[in-house]
Amino acid sequence: MKERFIEAILFLAATSSVFVTFGIVWILVKESIPFFAHVPLGEFLTGTEWTPLFENARFGILPLLCGTLLSTAIALSVAIPLGTVAAAFLSEYTKPWLREILKPILELLAAVPTVVYGYFALLFVTPLLQKIHPDLGGFNVLSAGLVMGMMIVPYVSSLSEDAMRSVPGHLKEGSFALGASRFQTIFRVVIPTAFSGMTSAYILAISRALGETMVVSIAAGMQPNLTANPLEPAATITAFIVQVSMGDLPHGSIGYQSIYVAGLTLLFLTLCFNVLGLWLRQKYQEKE
Amino acid sequence: MTTNTNLNLRAEVKDLSFSYGPKKVLNRVSMPIYENRITALIGPSGCGKTTLLRCFNRMHDLYAATNYDGEILLHPEKRNVLARDVDPMEVRMRIGMVFQKPNPFPKSIFENVAYGLRVRGVRKRSFIEDRVEKSLQQAGLWSEVKDRLPSPATALSGGQQQRLCIARALATEPEILLLDEPTSALDPISTTHIEELITELKKDWTIVIVTHNLHQASRTADYTAFMYLGDLIEFDTSDKLFTTPRDPRTENYITGRFG
Repeated sequence: MKERFIEAILFLAATSSVFVTFGIVWILVKESIPFFAHVPLGEFLTGTEWTPLFENARFGILPLLCGTLLSTAIALSVAIPLGTVAAAFLSEYTKPWLREILKPILELLAAVPTVVYGYFALLFVTPLLQKIHPDLGGFNVLSAGLVMGMMIVPYVSSLSEDAMRSVPGHLKEGSFALGASRFQTIFRVVIPTAFSGMTSAYILAISRALGETMVVSIAAGMQPNLTANPLEPAATITAFIVQVSMGDLPHGSIGYQSIYVAGLTLLFLTLCFNVLGLWLRQKYQEKE
Repeated sequence: MTTNTNLNLRAEVKDLSFSYGPKKVLNRVSMPIYENRITALIGPSGCGKTTLLRCFNRMHDLYAATNYDGEILLHPEKRNVLARDVDPMEVRMRIGMVFQKPNPFPKSIFENVAYGLRVRGVRKRSFIEDRVEKSLQQAGLWSEVKDRLPSPATALSGGQQQRLCIARALATEPEILLLDEPTSALDPISTTHIEELITELKKDWTIVIVTHNLHQASRTADYTAFMYLGDLIEFDTSDKLFTTPRDPRTENYITGRFG
């Protein structure tokens, strides 16, 4: 009897996140349906202007999608190489005592409030970039993306390091015994072996970058802008949601509904990347 | 200790002591390694036989607080592989090793065998292909895998994996092949395969093998060294060592009284 009670509690704990996820999806879908009664799906997906708060409102998601993907791409181009190299260094090169010091410091990067990163991007990184490129505006995707990348380095490095450290010692010895250097062993044996674990790190980083709000809201300018140029300002889906929810939109208005639609789009995007990650993982696990 | 003057020396262990931190594991070991012969290292667990084997290719260098004292001379030029100015990577290119547990990389069968060549910077496709085929043939695995070279090595059976690891070690044509209990993780049939293979390989290679299996040593090895607590107790031809041991400790061990 007692055993069954404990089992039920554990089951609830395990499924709670599933319920929450379904709840969120339900709310998003429910609030989005009336929006699509108003705006045709085709226009939403292909429109190149996003001006839900203007007199002549336009609801093309592309500018927001573009801002989101651009800032994420910049962030990942910082976080993935840096995080992977940091992980390789921590797991294969450092002495244990040094790792004990370096790892917590690196992980501290993830503990800094994102609003701090936002102002760091706006007030420190942007002026720095302006020294190199004087025409750069005060708000731009590049600076926000770079700082976001720094911010998610620990997500990549921490999980990647765990994956690399779980590579069996006899595989590494096998590589060394064939005359390989430490560097060759890391790049030819350790990383390929750890790759399925490392994809989870990358997927977490992608999800984190897609969903990041504060840094892009503060430093990227909140201007929906269909551009692939990182030097221009842009808005991400999350930044738009924040912007709108800070104003006073009447409940049930089309602008209000547009937040839910944006949220649903973001959720869908994250889901796509997670599925991609899962697929990659399985693909690499099969190869082992 | 008998030395055979009719045979060429391939390597020579001279006064070798080895320690992990404060713990001395090998104590002034000296022995010859003859060319195209199989030398077995036997002894109870903890006697230092694997430690001695791993000195030959400087595997201990990968770990902290290890200390070599003495020499392992590689003939004919009598180069001391333990010397500080000798790069362990260069030593490992000249002396191949096969481990206790089959450890194929999570790569294709082809890439496993090609690995040693690739880390040496060999690029020429035809050369690599030829060498992979030759090594797999020498390891007696070619007929079983020739149609599936691109498939993952981890899908092979344990015995096949171990032969793959032997092929991988042979591909770079090392001067000496070290085998660390190569059959201890295998079933009896695979073990027989590997033993036959080892006997076959001595035509072209000099082999040093660590084994727990005394029958394996007496069946396959030309020379056997019995070690105990870090000391080399007795070194002789396998025939003599297993039939007329001179030291009572050797006799006790080979008759199964301890170990």
